[in-house]
Amino acid sequence: MPILPVILWTDALVYLLVATVAGFVWYVRRHEHLRAPWWRVAQTPAAMSALVVLTVFILIGLLDSLHFRLALPAAPAPQADRAASRDVAYAVEVKSALDLLLSPIADKPERTYSAPLATHAYAKETVESQDVDGKPGKQVRAYPRLRYGGAHLQDPQRDWRADVLLSAFRGMALALPLWLLLSLVLVAACTPAERVASRDFWHAVWRGKTVVPWRAILITLALLLLVAVPMALLAARYHVLGTDKVGLDVLYQSLKSVRTALVIGTLTTLVMLPFSVLLGIMAGYLRGLVDDLIQYFYTTLNSIPAVLLIAAAVLALQVYIETHPDLFPTAAQRADFRLLWLCIILGITSWTGLCRLLRAEALKLRELEYVQAAQAFGVSEWRIMLRHILPNVMHIVLISVVMDFSGLVLAEAVLSYVGVGVDPSMISFGTMINAARLEMGREPMVWWSLASAFVFMLALVLAANLFADAVRDAFDPRVRVGGRKLRFAVGR
Amino acid sequence: MNALLEIKDLKTWLDSSGGTVRAIDGISLELARGETFAIVGESGCGKSMTALSLLRLLPEAGQVVGGSVLLGGEDLLRLPEAAMRGVRGRRIAMIFQEPATSLNPVLTVGMQIAEVLQRHTALRGEAARKRMLELLDAVGIPDPGRRLDEYSFQLSGGLKQRVMIAVALAAGPDLLIADEPTTALDVTIQAQVLELLRELQRRKGMAILLITHDLGVVAQMAHKVAVMYAGQIIEVAAREQFFRAPLHPYSRKLFQALPGSERRGGDLAVIRGQVPPLTTEFRGCRFAERCDSAWERCHAEAPELTAASDAHLVRCHLYQQTEGEGKRAEQTLPGAARVHAESDIGDSSQSGAALLSIRELKVHFSIRKGLLKRTVGQVKAVDGMSFDIASGRTLALVGESGCGKTTAGKAILQLIRPSAGTVRFEGRELTRLRGRALRERRADFQLIFQDPYASLNPRMRVADILAEGMKALVLADTPAQRAARMDRMLAQVGLNAEAKRRYPHEFSGGQRQRIAIARALAVSPKLIVCDEPTSALDVSVQAQILNLLKQLQRDFGLAYLFITHNIAVVEYLAHEVAVMYLGRIVERGTVDEVLRTPRHPYTQALLSAVPTLDQAGERRIIRLKGELPSPANPPSGCHFHPRCPQAMAECKLKYPDAVRLGGSHEVSCLLYAAS
Repeated sequence: MPILPVILWTDALVYLLVATVAGFVWYVRRHEHLRAPWWRVAQTPAAMSALVVLTVFILIGLLDSLHFRLALPAAPAPQADRAASRDVAYAVEVKSALDLLLSPIADKPERTYSAPLATHAYAKETVESQDVDGKPGKQVRAYPRLRYGGAHLQDPQRDWRADVLLSAFRGMALALPLWLLLSLVLVAACTPAERVASRDFWHAVWRGKTVVPWRAILITLALLLLVAVPMALLAARYHVLGTDKVGLDVLYQSLKSVRTALVIGTLTTLVMLPFSVLLGIMAGYLRGLVDDLIQYFYTTLNSIPAVLLIAAAVLALQVYIETHPDLFPTAAQRADFRLLWLCIILGITSWTGLCRLLRAEALKLRELEYVQAAQAFGVSEWRIMLRHILPNVMHIVLISVVMDFSGLVLAEAVLSYVGVGVDPSMISFGTMINAARLEMGREPMVWWSLASAFVFMLALVLAANLFADAVRDAFDPRVRVGGRKLRFAVGR
Repeated sequence: MNALLEIKDLKTWLDSSGGTVRAIDGISLELARGETFAIVGESGCGKSMTALSLLRLLPEAGQVVGGSVLLGGEDLLRLPEAAMRGVRGRRIAMIFQEPATSLNPVLTVGMQIAEVLQRHTALRGEAARKRMLELLDAVGIPDPGRRLDEYSFQLSGGLKQRVMIAVALAAGPDLLIADEPTTALDVTIQAQVLELLRELQRRKGMAILLITHDLGVVAQMAHKVAVMYAGQIIEVAAREQFFRAPLHPYSRKLFQALPGSERRGGDLAVIRGQVPPLTTEFRGCRFAERCDSAWERCHAEAPELTAASDAHLVRCHLYQQTEGEGKRAEQTLPGAARVHAESDIGDSSQSGAALLSIRELKVHFSIRKGLLKRTVGQVKAVDGMSFDIASGRTLALVGESGCGKTTAGKAILQLIRPSAGTVRFEGRELTRLRGRALRERRADFQLIFQDPYASLNPRMRVADILAEGMKALVLADTPAQRAARMDRMLAQVGLNAEAKRRYPHEFSGGQRQRIAIARALAVSPKLIVCDEPTSALDVSVQAQILNLLKQLQRDFGLAYLFITHNIAVVEYLAHEVAVMYLGRIVERGTVDEVLRTPRHPYTQALLSAVPTLDQAGERRIIRLKGELPSPANPPSGCHFHPRCPQAMAECKLKYPDAVRLGGSHEVSCLLYAAS
């Protein structure tokens, strides 16, 4: 076997999360009252466009969560060591499926900074000019050619512009058939076959009259492909977004950061949900001493400055990792362990808001008559909480989960910037921004790391926010958007 | 006649996800100065939408699509919005159903009245304050100077509604629209507010458009009556004409569906089916599907509003003398006031051994304050109640809101643990049972609630709702047994077995109440505590539920503890009555004893305040002073003495003991202590 699968802690939790979501989807599909609000979300153009963007990010994140160690090429072993050589040696480095996919751009390190799409380095270096005969000449200060970026060009000065434009146009031309294909597959998968075949349906899509806003979805898809395909083509020969201090491709870093952001945004909620749901419902439903204890607990927790608590926990964890090197055979596992704990500590400091909301809702629900009817039947208190209270607060849980997501992604960036975030070896938006601290201060300024992190994060958080808004509108009974505009003709 | 308000063919449509709702489909009416015009109808028939259309305050999805509203000859629907603001409050004012939410909680009473004065009059400063004091005085608020600077939370429900009326009257409007002005109030307060409205009308000569579902209120207040059904007016008549002889089959059914003493023993008339959704395009008469006297023409052709006799308009083919079938009316319709005279109340009046026996039941809630939650006082919600219920009998617990009747019901079911006293069920003491032992007894006593919308979990299917009790009490072991039992129960309450797979929101209010009843029945209880089970329902649906309760009592020998404030329902359903005031029973006995010959001054006042269909004038309403005191701080001696018209000096000293007046009639009042 050429690879050894590695399941990191966060990978396992991501798989668990995917399984939970799949189970939830299956459950929702079978319950009409749960399906109805999601159906309303599916009719919101902004939400569905956001969902397309989110799906792309999630796919990147999932690909990046399949980790393994590659087998090292077997060393030519003498006959005697036959037995030993049956044990394949594996590389120390843990790679992911995304790394393999991106290896054309990841494995082309430059020496140091280079600007987006550059063919020469960003700073002058002392190079030896070569004479025509190949004799070493004198030393000059010049911008050296990059090792990989635009290396195929004979005369960069002359050919660069034409080559870049040609690649970009070729990419756009390629994007069109790809878009048609993807659109067909996507629509066919979600609509009955006889409707897809009819002309009326496509006419309705074109005019934006379908119930599910297919026009918005397909336009978003087209825009994404128009950006992504040319970039993919260019990335084979250039560093599209430049390289960082150690010469690593910034596009690669940005794509790798997506997983970190998603893990922080989702696992943190996963960690905090049991706390807030259980304690919130218990406090609201049981009242009395339980309520007092839980309230004092979260009020106290809330009074500790969160950043201080996180810093303390992360620093203590760092010491633990360093004193127990045997527990973490690879650097990836070390970084992953720190990421996991960051999720947990972020979760612990952020569950109180939802807990408070749920307590208030449970206080209201416990006085409702169907709860009293259940009490009159002698239904046990746990069962009442599970069957009567929990399903009726789920909309609040859902709304707060999607609303919290973007906040947590941003929190990670801030924490990593402060230096108590993820492991410095782990690529994340926060570490990219942290690195930019020095880059922005030098002359000439290196702007592309920060800009890439900014654009990617903006796309992710904006999409998440738009989607969260639609989810809230669909689920929150208090946010009933006023009736639609009158459609009938008004005749006096 | 010089009409103040003239509505011609008004049409208001609402846009909804289910299509266009024709909430008002061509109504016309005229209203003269000094006249009270009542619009009666069940919920969803378009009454409130009419009021909102007049004021052009429709929800965003609604729009007036036709007709005209002439106020003193000026078409309100054509006024620009800026001019319309001068009409609202100045010429047309409105009071709403819920006084608690129609006052702004962060503004003082004075500021809310001043707002109207500033907008519509030139009064400012001292002059405005003087006018405000006059207004509060006019609506009968004692100590107006102090009340002016108070906030709405400092006022009781009745006072809030008076303040609302004062705000409405501030600019001296020509027309007052009162949308269910007393529905949220207790009967004694309702009587005060209605009298206030009558008196203000007499003094100021304004017109009142009264919107209500309560025929009793109409009988007290209206000069003219219009009945609305499914967005149309189906009958218009002067009050006397209407109450003497309603013509439309729907109006007649409404009268027959009213519970009351004369219908004891018999079933109430029910109107089958439901109000059709207003999204449908009607071809024939809107009531045809539910009408007993409908024939082919009713389904094919929509009737017009025509005069059946002088000034008595009705929208029904029975009264249209066009095709020689006019005499049908007399043939097909039975007399409106047909009375079920037979009485089976007598035969079940034998009082067997008490099923439930309550002695000196007390429920006190501690008022806790401060960091350490020390008890600083007691709310004596129930303060020493005793009564018995035999199986197959109904005891009605009557009283105004806040008197502790719901708390008493819950304490009997051990949902709230009583502070003192005994609750014996079939001779077994319940108050000392805990945990498992109590749970095993729970099947014997069940509960039906007031609000059928809050009493069913919206996230559970009907099958799960019905199965819950059976599962918790381990009554039917296998799913098959449970399913069979569920089908039986649903059939018993008149629902299809197919209902099991659906969710509560797919049912109407009456059907939901049936599901709630089936849920209670599923564990075969012996006693059901009914907490105002019909007060959230329309009259015709109320009739269905009352019939059902009565039939179930006959079939299963159920005992009911019927908690209500509706005296008519008590007269119809109950065998015995207990009247509660501030946590104690002040009078109890059989229905005839208590309701025919009330002895306690409170019972007398309560009964006199109930609006009845008899013509007003001959009755004397005993007006009570003030409102129900707080149970945290009840008056000394007899709790009722501060409001009692017959209070004596001794009443302040000691709470009177119950005195037996013969039969089972007991009263706690010093007036009878001597005899």
